[in-house]
Amino acid sequence: MSVSTCPSEPLAEDAGANGLDAVDRAIVLATQAGLPLVPDPWGAVGKPLGLAGEEVRARLQRMQQSGVIRRIAAVPNHYRLGYVANGMTVWDVDDAHIDRLGREVAAIPGVSHCYRRPRHLPEWPYNLFVMLHGKSQAEVERQAEALRERLGEACRDHRILYSSRILKKTGLRLARRPGPPR
Amino acid sequence: MAALDSLDRRLIDAYQRGLPLCERPFAAMAERLGASEAEVIERLQRLQQSQVLSRVGPVFDHARAGASLLAAVAVSEAERDRVAEVINRSPGVNHNYAREHDFNLWFVMTAADELQLEARLEALEAELGVPLLRLPMVEGYHIDLGFPIPWAELEAS
Repeated sequence: MSVSTCPSEPLAEDAGANGLDAVDRAIVLATQAGLPLVPDPWGAVGKPLGLAGEEVRARLQRMQQSGVIRRIAAVPNHYRLGYVANGMTVWDVDDAHIDRLGREVAAIPGVSHCYRRPRHLPEWPYNLFVMLHGKSQAEVERQAEALRERLGEACRDHRILYSSRILKKTGLRLARRPGPPR
Repeated sequence: MAALDSLDRRLIDAYQRGLPLCERPFAAMAERLGASEAEVIERLQRLQQSQVLSRVGPVFDHARAGASLLAAVAVSEAERDRVAEVINRSPGVNHNYAREHDFNLWFVMTAADELQLEARLEALEAELGVPLLRLPMVEGYHIDLGFPIPWAELEAS
């Protein structure tokens, strides 16, 4: 999937490059903070939009099939569930091997996201981003070590960027950081 | 953390990867869990209120549902909190993390489309007066499918 550049054609107002029309976008906006927890959530979403519940459900299904929606789920807050340590690890990986290695690394337990991103030399040499989650900083470090071994000689350098604070729209929350900064 | 009973745990384990997209999803879940629809709805409300669940609903691929970009800035420690506040109230920012690196503030900017995204990034860059490190996704190798929850360890702690 390549999404870094916008299409050269101007987006039609009706259906953009992602295949969403105005009604789809209204449904995205109405559901992105969560579904109403009522027996007929689709009908409840549709009512203020002037849509039948069946229409809402069919459109959500279509967006899921096209990949715009990854899943419709009970989304856990992993921090509240014990995954208190997370490390954004960044790797300088040989371009010739990055696609194969990226797919391999993505299958390692504890990896939630694995993306290729551009380097910005000289200050930013890292082109592979792997988000690790663990129950402790020590566990994240073990995961990172396993990852380094997997990447082998194709990897020139890496860093673990721990989050020292999570800053959200609703305010600040302190993240626990049991170990010394790296 | 609020005590979670067996029904709560089964609910999270079974549905963190997806709800049935049927007419009455909570009734379908209730049937599978051996509970009533009202009970499932009440549980979901409670788990949401106590922030065990961040929400019950669609997880969008923001790159496909609109436009988004990971960005970072390098600012002095003394200035970090002030800059973070500016970033936080900037329209479209949906994550903002302080991280231990010269680039010490990391955030995701979202927008309806690429044009609006670029406009938002430029406006923020101008307001901050420091260059943004722009890190668009070139390729995604993995999508977040959830984690096994360490219930036993949570209980012990």
